[in-house]
Amino acid sequence: MINSMDPVLAPIAAEDTETMTRLRDQLVAAAEADRLLDVAYRTIDSPVGTLLLAATDQGLVRVAYQSEDHDHVLQTLSKLISPRILRAPRRLDQAARQLGEYFTGERRDFVLPLDFRLAHGFRRAVLAHLVLINYGQTETYAEVAAATGHSRAVRAVGTACATNPMPVIVPCHRVLRSDGKLGGYVGGLETKATLLSLEAGRSIGADTLSR
Amino acid sequence: MKRPFEEIVAEHGPTVLRVCRALLARPDADDAWSETFLAALRAYPDLADGANIEAWLVTIAHHKAIDQLRAQTRRATPVAEVAETGSATDAWEPADNGLWAALRALPTKQRQAVAYHHVGGLPYAEVAVIVGGSTDAARRAAHDGIRALRRHYRDSQSITLAKESRS
Repeated sequence: MINSMDPVLAPIAAEDTETMTRLRDQLVAAAEADRLLDVAYRTIDSPVGTLLLAATDQGLVRVAYQSEDHDHVLQTLSKLISPRILRAPRRLDQAARQLGEYFTGERRDFVLPLDFRLAHGFRRAVLAHLVLINYGQTETYAEVAAATGHSRAVRAVGTACATNPMPVIVPCHRVLRSDGKLGGYVGGLETKATLLSLEAGRSIGADTLSR
Repeated sequence: MKRPFEEIVAEHGPTVLRVCRALLARPDADDAWSETFLAALRAYPDLADGANIEAWLVTIAHHKAIDQLRAQTRRATPVAEVAETGSATDAWEPADNGLWAALRALPTKQRQAVAYHHVGGLPYAEVAVIVGGSTDAARRAAHDGIRALRRHYRDSQSITLAKESRS
């Protein structure tokens, strides 16, 4: 487009990044005021990589690891919730702060409004149970199945954990196999081990991450 | 399937800002951009899949710019006319040898055709839909506009500078 611009118009092709940034920020504020910001998102750096955080006006709706491909996750949110999606950090200030405190070991519980609209039926029931597992505690997939009243649905519990839309916040990392092995994890087994070490009171350093 | 609106802003925001500035002086151009994207965000979920996003945004900007011009006319006083060419307005302009002002001095149809085709990148057929009239008329208006801008460069003292920057 710019390439085909007549040379006489060359001065117009110059980027005005400063104005663009200001106008974008104003757009976010106006969208929020007019209740047009259906999904706000931001990213944060953490010991387990860059995390994508997304929230509706109901609360936090999605936490995604880098391995899930953040662009792909946003595209999915556009399809499942609304395409009115903007990078708007302010709505996620609280979540970002609490996650920061969690990763430094200062926080054991998250106090945040959560929007579970991405999980349905049995999966949502599983997530509702997961938030009851305390910091530093673990349960087995079988125990979670029993707690939801479907003791034979062990595999379905595994699926519910694997499709947890809010890992870390909804602690599916606290669910292990009956033989004590880690099982699976949406963010990879190293991440699961890192979170469990953190909650066991062991500091998370580079050695834990490179395991 | 619709892409997140954030991507639309990132991809088309700068071009639509240039279109607004080709039509209006700042800060009205910036206001037109803001109103364009807020209106676009509102309507975005209902936009047909596969629609030409750039043409859609430029069409909204076209209407918002007309609104701004109408508001300007209502506000206009002789004092404001003087200020338009004075140093107070110059403070808002990027250093461009007066091109933005020259663009906005063109007759409306030419200015719009240049803004939508050359700056916004729309084909003449799309430009014709926005400004009315035939595709040929849109093409002629854009050509006449560009010719007038070239003349402006030749006549202005900055012609040497402009040529140097192009070679």
